[in-house]
Amino acid sequence: MADRARFAEQASPFIDQLYGAALRMTRNPADAEDLVQETFVRAYRGYESFQDGTNLRAWLFRILTNTFINSYRAAQRRPEQSELDDVEELFLYRRIGGLEAAALGRSAEDELMDLFTDSQVHDALEALPEQFRLAVLLADVEGFSYKEIAEILDVPIGTVMSRLHRGRRALQKSLYEFARERGAIRGPSPDAGAGGAEDPGRPGPETP
Amino acid sequence: MTTNAHDHDEHAHGDSVHEHRCDDAIAQVQAFLDGELDEQTVASIEAHLQECSPCLEAYDFETELRKVIAAKLSDDVPGDLRTRLISVLDRLESEGVED
Repeated sequence: MADRARFAEQASPFIDQLYGAALRMTRNPADAEDLVQETFVRAYRGYESFQDGTNLRAWLFRILTNTFINSYRAAQRRPEQSELDDVEELFLYRRIGGLEAAALGRSAEDELMDLFTDSQVHDALEALPEQFRLAVLLADVEGFSYKEIAEILDVPIGTVMSRLHRGRRALQKSLYEFARERGAIRGPSPDAGAGGAEDPGRPGPETP
Repeated sequence: MTTNAHDHDEHAHGDSVHEHRCDDAIAQVQAFLDGELDEQTVASIEAHLQECSPCLEAYDFETELRKVIAAKLSDDVPGDLRTRLISVLDRLESEGVED
């Protein structure tokens, strides 16, 4: 049993993370604030059922996710697709891994930081169908384990892995398309394939 | 990755064992970076990465890409949200709201 009076003290360190996740879920700052508030109200009311010593952060994210699915998703009336095209592993690496950042004395991380804008990464994540978006968000932004994500989303671990892996690959494909449209990458259209490369050594970006 | 190295006779020619291990390493890159593999599998992948620079380069790329994506998805929280939440909780507490 948890003491309700301690709730604010215990839960407030997670406000930033909950808001960030809410924003990626609702795609809208006003809705995100409302979603976090609703999550806090529900968590406060249910705090006595929370077991001390268990994972408060995962518990809060479970409430956030359920609140989003039950309230906000319906309100958005956005048809959600449930399938994704199958994208190969290492989609981006096989196309832009040959940027040769080292030749410019820059790290691959710096190179990638410049390749995509913040809003492109936001758009790419938000473009994912919801079930994939939630899995990628919880793993790659919030750092939850497969087991925690399974509990938050109330699905089997195998489903988490499948959604996560396919969602990440689709995200890579979207990022590639954005960077190509912006002219940051010169390369073949994403649907042209990578030439069936079997070796992790990739075909470099096409040079005109 | 379009052929399945498992179908090859690994002892028939020199490179197929290597290809098999590359295919395995790449198939497990996400679970590896997620920290979701058992110790034995992790050790076997680490040993492979030490001797296979193309796979190591791919692993490094995926690692950097994850950092970049997470960094670009961080958001500033509206300054008054925290205040708003605390006042909501204060109100709930004073009203003694029960389910």
